[in-house]
Amino acid sequence: MSAVALALEEVTCRFAGRDGGAPYTAVANTTLRVAEGEFVSVVGPTGCGKSTLLNVAAGLLEPSSGTVSVFGEKLLASQGVNRRAGYMFQMDALMPWRTGIDNVIAGLDFRGVPRAEARQQGEAWLRRVGLAGFGDRYPHQMSGGMRKRLALAQTLILRPDILLMDEPFSALDVQTRQLMENELLALWAEDRKSVLFITHDLEEAIALSDRVIVLSAGPATRPIGDFRIDLPRPRDVSEIRMTPAFLALHREIWAAMKEEVLKAYQAQKAA
Amino acid sequence: MRLRALQLLVLGVLVALWHVFTAPGLIPNFYFEQDNRAAFFFGEPAQVFWVIVDWLATGEIFRHLAFTLLETVLGFAIGAVFGLGVGLWLALSHTASAVMEPYIKGFNSMPRVVLAPIFAVWFGLGIWSKVALGVTLVFFVVFFNVYQGVREVSPTLLANARMLGASQRQLLRSIYLPSAMSWVFASLHNAVGLAFVGAVVGEYLGSAQGVGYLILQAEGTFDINTVFAGILVLTAFALVLDGIVGVIERRLMTWQPRASETEKV
Repeated sequence: MSAVALALEEVTCRFAGRDGGAPYTAVANTTLRVAEGEFVSVVGPTGCGKSTLLNVAAGLLEPSSGTVSVFGEKLLASQGVNRRAGYMFQMDALMPWRTGIDNVIAGLDFRGVPRAEARQQGEAWLRRVGLAGFGDRYPHQMSGGMRKRLALAQTLILRPDILLMDEPFSALDVQTRQLMENELLALWAEDRKSVLFITHDLEEAIALSDRVIVLSAGPATRPIGDFRIDLPRPRDVSEIRMTPAFLALHREIWAAMKEEVLKAYQAQKAA
Repeated sequence: MRLRALQLLVLGVLVALWHVFTAPGLIPNFYFEQDNRAAFFFGEPAQVFWVIVDWLATGEIFRHLAFTLLETVLGFAIGAVFGLGVGLWLALSHTASAVMEPYIKGFNSMPRVVLAPIFAVWFGLGIWSKVALGVTLVFFVVFFNVYQGVREVSPTLLANARMLGASQRQLLRSIYLPSAMSWVFASLHNAVGLAFVGAVVGEYLGSAQGVGYLILQAEGTFDINTVFAGILVLTAFALVLDGIVGVIERRLMTWQPRASETEKV
């Protein structure tokens, strides 16, 4: 077993209730580990606190109790965000007033890398994500898929040891989405970073991951299943979905998830 | 082209009506008892035209326009800088904004033109009393837009910049400021217009130069044609100023989507 890159230990997140109401427990006693070079997906019904968990791992949100460790070192709120992690958000997070290339090199810019060198690296990354020649376009002049690739380049150019992804492709159409998933796997295979990938789509989770963790319905979400995905790599996400091994895993995990999804649905209907 | 022709036609009809109703003895009197009364109250387009031609020929108007323009530009620049600074400060500091809120509201509700006599006492009859009036008008437009712009920065955008390693200073420079600027530019026409109003109203209330001064002088001698000429010059100049602002806006805001070119892939 290789070293643990990211460890959430007994994490609980409580939020103050609205208008003095009862506090809301989003995540309860969750322990979750991602080994070095491991691709872990977390699936769960909508509104179950998946993003909360990721924000805790990123150091953007301080847990009410519990700890986060990054390569064995505790992440303290006083030290700011998790410096070894890159975060890809569900929603558009590109700076609309910067061109494509300037968005890609934003992180290098913040670190004080000389502009000429940053631009050189930025161009290289634009090529890697298939956006060569689009560097001088503004985000609003690009399609949804192109913006996602730009965000991917923006995150990966800093070479984070841990990649946190919050349903990054959920806003894309199915075809673009599968293309992006394959591109992500190809990029990931180059240097095998640790990935914590959040999604509500079980198929996406199985197709991409080494391990799939199933969360219970909220409130007080916690992991209720941990499944190893031993499908061979390299994978093609659109083809692997048809294989018997994939379908067997899907059946097995869905059986564990189904009840929680129904619970979440009932809770939402009642609200 | 057709549109332009129609627009010119409207102007022509208005000027013609103005002429017909005011030229002494052209049509029978139906309201005033004397022939020249209409011209006395409403001026005559031909006379107004000759006043403007005279101004342009002697070059007298340029000195006054330059004066008014200088006051406008200074009023706008100082008001915008103050608005930007205070807007950023209050938007980023919750305590400060909570403390200052009633005062900001009060100052904004106050009809600030009444400050003009006070400014005249403080700063004299030179340009600075007009600039001060322009500043108080521009400040609030810019301030509210910056405040709004900073408050409405998307949390995702902020979180992303933080994850990319931005410090507080860098967040200010690369997230808050550009976001606020887009709101400021959206209000640029408004702000420049108000700086112009401040300059002219200030001149009108007491000055020795400027287009507002010309109007004030003419009014003192019941020279209604010159008053109208001054108003027309001011209007034309305001249109030019607005056009310049439009050009600057298009230059600086290239990153914003326009209706015709969104999602161009």
